[in-house]
Amino acid sequence: MERKKTFIDDIDRGIYDIKNEFTYKYKAEKGLTPDIIIEISKEKNEPQWMTDFRLKSLEIYNSKPMPTWGADLSDLNLDEIITYIRPNADMKTRWEDVPEEIKDTFERLGLPQAERESLAGVGAQYDSEVVYHNIRQELVDQGVIYTDMETALRDYEDVIKEYFMKLVPPTDHKFAALHGAVWSGGSFVYVPEGVNVDIPLQSYFRLNAPGAGQFEHTLIIVEKGAFLHFIEGCSAPKYKVNNLHAGCVELYVKENARLRYSTIENWSKNMYNLNTKRCVVDKNGSIEWVSGSFGSRVSMLYPMSILRGEGAKSEFTGITFASKGQYLDTGTKVVHAAPYTTSTVNSKSISKDGGHAFYRGLLKVAPNAHNCKATISCESLMLDNDSKSDTLPIISLDNDNIDIGHEAKIGRISDEAIFYLMSRGISEEEAKAMIVRGFVEPITKELPLEYAVELNNLINIELEGSIG
Amino acid sequence: MSKKLLSIRNLKVNIEDKEILKGLDLNIGHGEIHIIMGPNGGGKSTLAYTLMGHPRYEITDGEIKFEDQLINDLSADKKAKKGIFLSFQYPEEIPGVTVEEFLRTAKSSITGEQQRIIPFRKLLKEKMELLEMKEEYANRYLNLGFSGGEKKKNEILQMSILEPKLAILDETDSGLDVDAIRIVAEGVKRLHNENNSVLVITHYHKLLDYLEPDFVHILLDGKIVKTGGIELAKEIDKKGYENIRQEFANK
Repeated sequence: MERKKTFIDDIDRGIYDIKNEFTYKYKAEKGLTPDIIIEISKEKNEPQWMTDFRLKSLEIYNSKPMPTWGADLSDLNLDEIITYIRPNADMKTRWEDVPEEIKDTFERLGLPQAERESLAGVGAQYDSEVVYHNIRQELVDQGVIYTDMETALRDYEDVIKEYFMKLVPPTDHKFAALHGAVWSGGSFVYVPEGVNVDIPLQSYFRLNAPGAGQFEHTLIIVEKGAFLHFIEGCSAPKYKVNNLHAGCVELYVKENARLRYSTIENWSKNMYNLNTKRCVVDKNGSIEWVSGSFGSRVSMLYPMSILRGEGAKSEFTGITFASKGQYLDTGTKVVHAAPYTTSTVNSKSISKDGGHAFYRGLLKVAPNAHNCKATISCESLMLDNDSKSDTLPIISLDNDNIDIGHEAKIGRISDEAIFYLMSRGISEEEAKAMIVRGFVEPITKELPLEYAVELNNLINIELEGSIG
Repeated sequence: MSKKLLSIRNLKVNIEDKEILKGLDLNIGHGEIHIIMGPNGGGKSTLAYTLMGHPRYEITDGEIKFEDQLINDLSADKKAKKGIFLSFQYPEEIPGVTVEEFLRTAKSSITGEQQRIIPFRKLLKEKMELLEMKEEYANRYLNLGFSGGEKKKNEILQMSILEPKLAILDETDSGLDVDAIRIVAEGVKRLHNENNSVLVITHYHKLLDYLEPDFVHILLDGKIVKTGGIELAKEIDKKGYENIRQEFANK
C-alpha cells in the first residue's frame, strides 16, 4: 500500500479532503431569523404546518442555553454558520444525470462502485439536498419506500406529520430545536409489515460548502415483522471555518420487527458533530446500532433505544477513534420501559496523539420493567501517554428485579504485545495497527464488507505518521 | 563448523539499572544445538529477550554478532528478518487477530514476499498437522484462551513456518505434559539441520530426552560458568546447581 505522509497538526485524509468547485443555487444569509426560516420553508414548498413547526422550533432554540456539560462548545459561533445551502441540482433518479462535480466526489468516495456491488438503494446527500436516489424495483413492488425527506413530505404528508420529531421533539435540547428549525434533506424509509429487505439500504452524507451546517433528518419506520438494514456513511472535506452537523435520526421498530442501523461517521477535523439519534422498539422488536465515530473536532453522540414493548431488544456496538485535537464524547442510552426487555452495549474507543475519547452512557430501568437484562462492556485503548480516555456509565434503576452485567477496561497499548509481534518480523507500525484492528475486530465483523474495508482504511490512515 | 552463527562477547545487560548479565560469552555454530540451564533469576530469560531485542533490556557493554554482523542495537523485527526467533515462555494474547492472518503477515514480512492466501493456508495446515494441532486453531485469535500447552505448540508452529536460522526456546518445555513435550521436540528436530541452530533455555532437562545437544551451558549469576556435553545436564539433574555454584564461588 502506498504510504501517506501526515502533517504535524492534521491528518491527510486523502480523498476525504478533496473539495469541489461548485456553484450554489441558493445561499441563505449567515445567522438565523424567522424570515430566513420562512424563506427556507417557502423555497421547499412546504405545507403550512411544517413552516409553523420550524418557527416554533426556532423560538425554542433561541430560548435554550448552550449545553455546558460534555464538550466545550464555546468556539462554535452559530451566527457564522450558513445553515442552508443547496447545490445547483434538482433531484435525479439516474446516476448519469447527476452533475459531474458531484459525481466526481462520490466516485472518489467509491459510491458508484458500492452501487454496482448490488446495494439495494443509494441516497446521497450533497450538502443539504439529496441529489441522487435510487431503489431497486423489487423493493418498490413490495411497498418499500426509500426517498428523501422533501419528497416524503410531499408524497406521504400524513405519515410524516404523524412521526416527524415525535421521538426527538425540538424541546429535547438546543440542537434538536435548531434541527427542527432548519432541517433539510435526509432519508425516509418505510418497510411494510412482514417485508424482509435482505440487502442493506445505504445513504452517504457529505458536507462540501465552507461554513455549511448539515441538518439532515432520517425517519425510518419498520412495520410489524419486517426487517431492514440501513447504512449511513458520512465524510466531509476539511475547511478553515468550523462546521456544524446537527442531524436527527428517528427510528420506529414495530412489533416483532428488526432494524439494524449502521453508521461510520468520518467528519473533517473541524466539524462539530452534535447529532441526535433515537429509536423506539415495540413488543419483541429489536434494534441493532453499529456506530463508528472517527473524524470531527467535537462529537456528542448518544444513540438512544427506548424499549417500550415487552421482550424488546437493543444491541449497541460502537467504536470511537479520537486523534490529535479531537474530543469525542460518545456512548448510548437505553431505557428499559417494559418487562423482559434486554439490552447489550459493546463500546470500544481508541485515543492517540492527545485525542480524548469519552464514553458516556445511560442505562435506565423503569419501575414496571421487571425481568430485564442488560450487559454493558466498555473498552478503551490509549496509544500513548498524551491521550485520554474516560468512561462514565450511568445506571439508574427503578426496579431491582433485573440482571445487569457491567465491565469497563481502560488501558494503554501493551509494549509486550508490540514486542511479541515485532519478534516475528512485523514492523512497530504494523504491529500497532494489527493490535488496533484486532481491538475493533468485533465491530468490523458486524459491518458489510465494503464498510469493514473502509473502517480498516480509516484506522490505517489515522495510525500512519503517528509512529516512529 | 568453521563460521560462527552467533557470537556473544562479554555481554552486560541492565534492566532498569540493575545488572542482570555480567559479562556473558557464548558461541553458537551453524547446525548446533545448545542448552542453557540454570537456576531461576540467573539471567536465562534476560539473555533470550536481549537476543531478540526487547527495548527494556539495555546492553551496557559487550557485543552480539550474528553472521559476523553486530546486532546489538537492532530492533526485534529486524532481528527476526535476519533469522532469529524466540519461542516465548509466556506468549502474548492478541484479541481480534487470527493465527493465520498473523502468521501470513509475519511470513510476508520476513521473506519480503507477499504470501498468497491459498498456498499459505496449505502450508499452515501441513505444519499444524505435524504438531497435532486442530485446524480450527488457524482461525482462532492469537493465543487467546489457549491452554499453556496450546500456546507453546503455537510458538513451535510459528517457528516452523518462519524457518529461522537460530531458534531460541525460552522454557518451552515448562508446563507441558509428556505428549506435548514429544510433539514440541519433534517440531524442533524438524527445523534443526546443518544450517539451523537451536538454543534451548530451560531449568530442567525434559526436552533433553528428545534432543541431542552439542553443548550444555550453565548460566549462573549473569555468566556462563560451565560448558560441557549432555553429561553436564545429567549431573545437574542429580545434584542440582549447588556444587557448581560452590565450585564457581571458589574460583
